[in-house]
Amino acid sequence: MNFWNDPLKVAADWLSGIFTGWGMNSVAANVLVAFLGVLMLITILMVIDIFLVWIERKVVARFQDRIGPNRLGPFGLIQPFADIIKLMIKEDTTPDDADKVVYNLAPMLSMMSVLILWAVVPLAPVMLGVDLNIGALFLIAAGSIGTLSIIMAGWSSNNKFSVIGAFRQVAVMISFEVPMLAVLLIPTIFSGSMGMNAIIQHQNIWYVFLSPLAAVIFLIAAIAELGRAPFDLAEGESELVSGYNIEYSGMKFGMFYAGELLHAFTFGGFWAIMFFGGYRFFGLEKVSPFLAIAIILFKALLGYWIIMWVKYTVMRIRIDQMLAFNWKFLTPVAFVLVMVTALMNALLRGAPSWLFVTGMILSNIIVAWVALEIVRSISRAERERIEGPKQVAEAHH
Amino acid sequence: MTGTQIFFLIVGAVTLIAGLMVVTVRNLIHAALWLVATLFGVAMIYAILNAGFLAVVQVVVYIGAIAILFIFAVMLTRRQAADTGASINSNWWAGAIAAAATFAGLAFLLKSWSGFSKQAAAIPSGFDAVNQLGNALTSPQGYVLPFEVASVLLLAALVGAVYLAFNKK
Amino acid sequence: MIPLSWYLILAAALFSIGLFGVLVRRNAVAILLGVELMLNAVNINLVSFWRYGDISLMAGQVFAIIVFAVAAAEVAVGLALVISVYRRRNTVVAEDLDLLKW
Repeated sequence: MNFWNDPLKVAADWLSGIFTGWGMNSVAANVLVAFLGVLMLITILMVIDIFLVWIERKVVARFQDRIGPNRLGPFGLIQPFADIIKLMIKEDTTPDDADKVVYNLAPMLSMMSVLILWAVVPLAPVMLGVDLNIGALFLIAAGSIGTLSIIMAGWSSNNKFSVIGAFRQVAVMISFEVPMLAVLLIPTIFSGSMGMNAIIQHQNIWYVFLSPLAAVIFLIAAIAELGRAPFDLAEGESELVSGYNIEYSGMKFGMFYAGELLHAFTFGGFWAIMFFGGYRFFGLEKVSPFLAIAIILFKALLGYWIIMWVKYTVMRIRIDQMLAFNWKFLTPVAFVLVMVTALMNALLRGAPSWLFVTGMILSNIIVAWVALEIVRSISRAERERIEGPKQVAEAHH
Repeated sequence: MTGTQIFFLIVGAVTLIAGLMVVTVRNLIHAALWLVATLFGVAMIYAILNAGFLAVVQVVVYIGAIAILFIFAVMLTRRQAADTGASINSNWWAGAIAAAATFAGLAFLLKSWSGFSKQAAAIPSGFDAVNQLGNALTSPQGYVLPFEVASVLLLAALVGAVYLAFNKK
Repeated sequence: MIPLSWYLILAAALFSIGLFGVLVRRNAVAILLGVELMLNAVNINLVSFWRYGDISLMAGQVFAIIVFAVAAAEVAVGLALVISVYRRRNTVVAEDLDLLKW
């Protein structure tokens, strides 16, 4: 066990050796080393967050056929630092009748709910905050705290638009947790455990090949949880003047904004862990933990790029369309998919792997096709009810 | 005083103080937020008791759904933005005596029980609480019947709540 | 380590605080908050008896999960009732809901 194989344990042992050398109780030394580890992880995440701002602005610029920030530093790399300095020196306002404690607590809770997610993300086979055997459920629990922070922000701003925006955002978030929970059961069924490390270790074939529909549903539910387009009605500038964010300025708004970007990156990471093999890449992760970290960060960035791609391509949906989509389409499809996957998994348990993969993919395609056919026939009936049956085209003279 | 004991004392104190704030604070939104703090403290106590699954389910169900439902209900039943009127009954002293008597009675009853100061048995290695819980909830020799009946109960509550609160405009 | 008595006293205290809330508060939603505290206290008791008894007997945790489900159902229906009462009588103070009083 040298540094290159297991860097965190070596560093932790060395540090606690120093602390007990200073005469500290060994339990207290371990707690202190754990705190220092958490601090280091949070610092690295916030630095990544700064560069996510840069990535976001460059990518949106390219999607909109322009260049993006390129004046500050090479390729505009210093731009996010300028943004942060601007946000920090802005005046820190609080609305007159706002609930001061709740108003100031909301951005902190929002940032906290994103940062605690990284405690269960396995960066490498040996680098893991805590190997919870219920890691997938922890994802939903952290989302619940984020939901709470948005209600607090919307309510305490003492502003009608803010409350409406917060209500809508929370309704969307708690609605889309249901298909996300159902779809998180599918990697659990395949790997027999809800722990993140176990899910990655069992992915000899990436789960996106075993269950592509589950990956798509997870992506849609994740984008809705994040409150990004096309589900960003709560903070649509043209409708609600940025929703629960209205009364926030300066670094508090910065925490919401940076928290949202980091949350998107984290969900890209979870999409990679659940469906794309996490830090595994044909055995490269066994070479060194640092290579494993690079692999998972690369996959998380790919997921984040897809989330951005969806955001800058698709139009916003109305709130009633969002909720109807969730309760009438996504949730039934997710539940049927879980049942079909469990059934197929039990039937094909001992089969050779090519049969397993083709069976699973076929079942996914059938579920998706049947769901879309049902939706199509319903919408055709609806359209005929409104417009009357289609007339035969008249021949032109 | 081991580390676990100190941690338990801190978590217990936070839970009880938050509980007291829930029942005494005037502003109902603040009371709902103190309830969130209490529920979080209870989740940490489940974690100390090695019931990790229950801790996470507590956060998801209680904080993520029930507390948010409370906040929505408080927002929907306010006549005006400020809270007027007394928040506590005029007979509050009787309620306080009843609560204190309940606590004293429970404490006395428990103290005279032989197993009161039991220490925890060590958990056997290889014991997976989540696995055992899943088996218990779904095996016919286990508790699958109460589990399914609970889901029927939730369906009935869902239909009932929607029907009661439906605004037939 | 932590003796069982600490958990039981904590649960008893939380139960009494919830009872105080139910008996003393005027607002109907605040009464339901007190009921939630009592349900949580019961759950702490159940889980600590599971832990300090026979761990292989899962009845304690299963009972706690059923209590979660029942509490969620009760809160949903209770708050729906409170909201529909508010729509009719424009008040949620429990003392003012006295149409059935003799």
